[in-house]
Amino acid sequence: MQANVSVRRFNPDEEDPKSYDQEYQVEVDENFTVLDTLIKVREEIDGSLALRCSCRASICGSCAIRVNGHAVLACKTRVSEHLSEDGSFRVEPAGNQPVIKDLVVDMNPFWDKLRAVEPYMQPSMPEPEAEYLAPNDVMLHLVDVMGCIMCGACVSDCTVLEIDKNFLGPAALAKAYRFVADTRDVEDDKRLKMYNEYGGMWDCTRCGECVTVCPKGVAPMERIMALREKAIEAKIPTGSYDGAAYGYRHSLVFEDIVSHNGRLDETKLVIKTLGMFNLPKLIGLIPVAMNAAFRRKMPPLLHPAIPGVGQVRRIASRINAIKKEAAK
Amino acid sequence: MKFAFFPGCVSRGGAPELYLSTIAVCEKIGIELEEIEGWSCTGAGALQESNPLLGDTLNARNFALAQRMGLPIMTICSTCQGVMAQAKVKLENEEYRAEVNAILEPEGLEYTGGIEVKHMLWVMVENIGLDKIKSLATRSLEGVFLAPFYGCYIVRPSAALEYDEHPQRKIALELVIEALGANAVDNDGKTRCCGFPILTINEKNSLAMVAKHTAEAQDLGADAMVTPCPLCHLNLDGFQAKAAKQLGRQINVPILHLPQLIGAALGMDAPTLGLNKHIVSAFDVAMKMGVRI
Repeated sequence: MQANVSVRRFNPDEEDPKSYDQEYQVEVDENFTVLDTLIKVREEIDGSLALRCSCRASICGSCAIRVNGHAVLACKTRVSEHLSEDGSFRVEPAGNQPVIKDLVVDMNPFWDKLRAVEPYMQPSMPEPEAEYLAPNDVMLHLVDVMGCIMCGACVSDCTVLEIDKNFLGPAALAKAYRFVADTRDVEDDKRLKMYNEYGGMWDCTRCGECVTVCPKGVAPMERIMALREKAIEAKIPTGSYDGAAYGYRHSLVFEDIVSHNGRLDETKLVIKTLGMFNLPKLIGLIPVAMNAAFRRKMPPLLHPAIPGVGQVRRIASRINAIKKEAAK
Repeated sequence: MKFAFFPGCVSRGGAPELYLSTIAVCEKIGIELEEIEGWSCTGAGALQESNPLLGDTLNARNFALAQRMGLPIMTICSTCQGVMAQAKVKLENEEYRAEVNAILEPEGLEYTGGIEVKHMLWVMVENIGLDKIKSLATRSLEGVFLAPFYGCYIVRPSAALEYDEHPQRKIALELVIEALGANAVDNDGKTRCCGFPILTINEKNSLAMVAKHTAEAQDLGADAMVTPCPLCHLNLDGFQAKAAKQLGRQINVPILHLPQLIGAALGMDAPTLGLNKHIVSAFDVAMKMGVRI
C-alpha cells in the first residue's frame, strides 16, 4: 500500500533556516514501522533527510519522534496504526528539545537534567568487592522504572516543559525516584530536599502525557506522585521554593478537608494552602473572587458536611490507624 | 435510562451552572438521574498523591453506594471520571479490593467490583446516540465555531478509560459539537493540561497554560471553548483575564460546559443553563447560538 508521509523538516545550514513540511509517497507493507518508512525515504527518495536511530528494536531509545502529534519510538510504531483515511500520517521531531536538523533533536538539555538529580547510587556501606547487593523482593517494584531507555518521549510531550524549560521533567524525576526508593541509597533526605526546589516534583501538573507516551511502562508521573508522598511522609523541609510549601499544604489540607467534610471546600482549600496571613497571594485572588461573587457563583464560605459524613470520618481514622501500624 | 448521579464537588461549589444545566438537559433528553446520597469527593488526584489508600477507599465507598442502588454511575466531571476509572482498575485486583472492603465493612458497605462509570459526554454518544440528540435539537448551531477542550483525566490513561473498547471516546466532544450543527475547531491544546492542578503551587505556569490554550482557540476563530471538565472551566474561565495580562495580549474566549452547549441546541434559555454565571461573558456566543437571554 502507499502511504503519504508528511515530515517536518529543518536545515540549519540554509540562509534563513525555517521549519517546513515535506510530503513523500512511499510504498509500505502492513508490517512497516514508521522507522522503516523513514529509512526508505532516506535511502530511495531523499538522502538529505536527517534522522537518528540505532538498534531498531526499542532498546536504544534513539528514535523518539512525534507521529500525528504524539511522541513514539519510530521503530516500535506501525504505520498501519496511524494512517488516516486518506493514507497519510505526520512526522515531526520530538517536542520540547531544540531541533538540530529535521528529526534530530539536541539531547543535551535532557542529559543536563538527568545529571542534576544525581542519578547514581549513594550508599553508606564500604565499597564491596563486587556489587552492592539487594534482595530481589525489595527491588522488584523498581523493575519498570529501571526499564527507562532515556529516549525522551516523555520529555517531548510534557505539558509543563512546553511553558517552563526550567522543569526537571518526567524522565529525570522518574530516575530521581528510582534512587530514593532504592534501599541501598541512604541520601533520601538530601535528594528529596533537592527535588523540592523550583522545577522539581511540585511543578508537575499530573496531566498523564508522560505515562501515555512512555514506550517502556516507566509511568514517570506516578513516580513523581510517589516522590511527593515520600517527601510529605518524611516531612522534608520545603527549602526556598514557595511552590513546594504550597504543594505540601495543598495535599495535606485537601486530605484533611475531605476526611472531615466528605467533599471539597474550595475556599478553605485555597486559603489554608496559601496561608491565612499570606496577604500578597490572597489579595491577588480578590479580583477573581469578586468576579465570581458578582456572577453569584462564589463557592459557599461554609460547606455543609455530606449526609453520612461519619462514615467518611471513620474510614479515614481506620486508614490512619493502619498506616501507623505499618510504620511501626 | 437511569443513572446513579455523581455531580462532583465543583458542580456543587465553584461551577453551579454545570449542575443546573445538567439537570435541565437530562430531564429534557429523558435521562433519569438519582443522586448518590452521601457521595464523597473522589480525591481528584490530590488525595491519590498524599494518601492513595484513602482515595481508593472513598471511591470504593461511592461505588458500593451506587451498587446498592443497582445503577451505573454518571458523572459530569472529567477529573472525577478519570480518578474513578483508575480506582476501578486498582480495585479489580481481588486482594486489594478485599483489603479496601475490610475498611468499608464496619459501615455495612461492600464493593463487589465491575461498576460502570460514565461521563455524561460518553452517555450522550454511546447511550443516547447522536441521532437522538440531533432529533431533539430545536436550534441549529450552524455557523458557531467551538473549540473542544477535554481535560486530562478523560483522555489519559486511555486503558483505564477503555478507549480501545470505545474508540469514539477519542473524538466524542467533536462528535457532539458537529451533531448539533456547530463547527468543531481543532486545536493542539484540546487534550493538554489547563494548569488547574498547579494553580496554587506555581501560578505563573498555570496561567501560562490558560493563556496558551485560550489564545490558540481565539486565534483559530473559535466563538467559545467547550469542556466536559469543571476544573478546566474554573481555570480557563476564572483566570483567563489574569492569564491574558501575564501574556500581554487580549484574550476573550467564553468557556462553555458540555450540557450548556447541548441545552442551547435543545432550545433552553440562558438562565436555565446558567450562561449568566460565566466570568468571561458568554453573551455573544449565546446570541450567536440563538439562546434567549
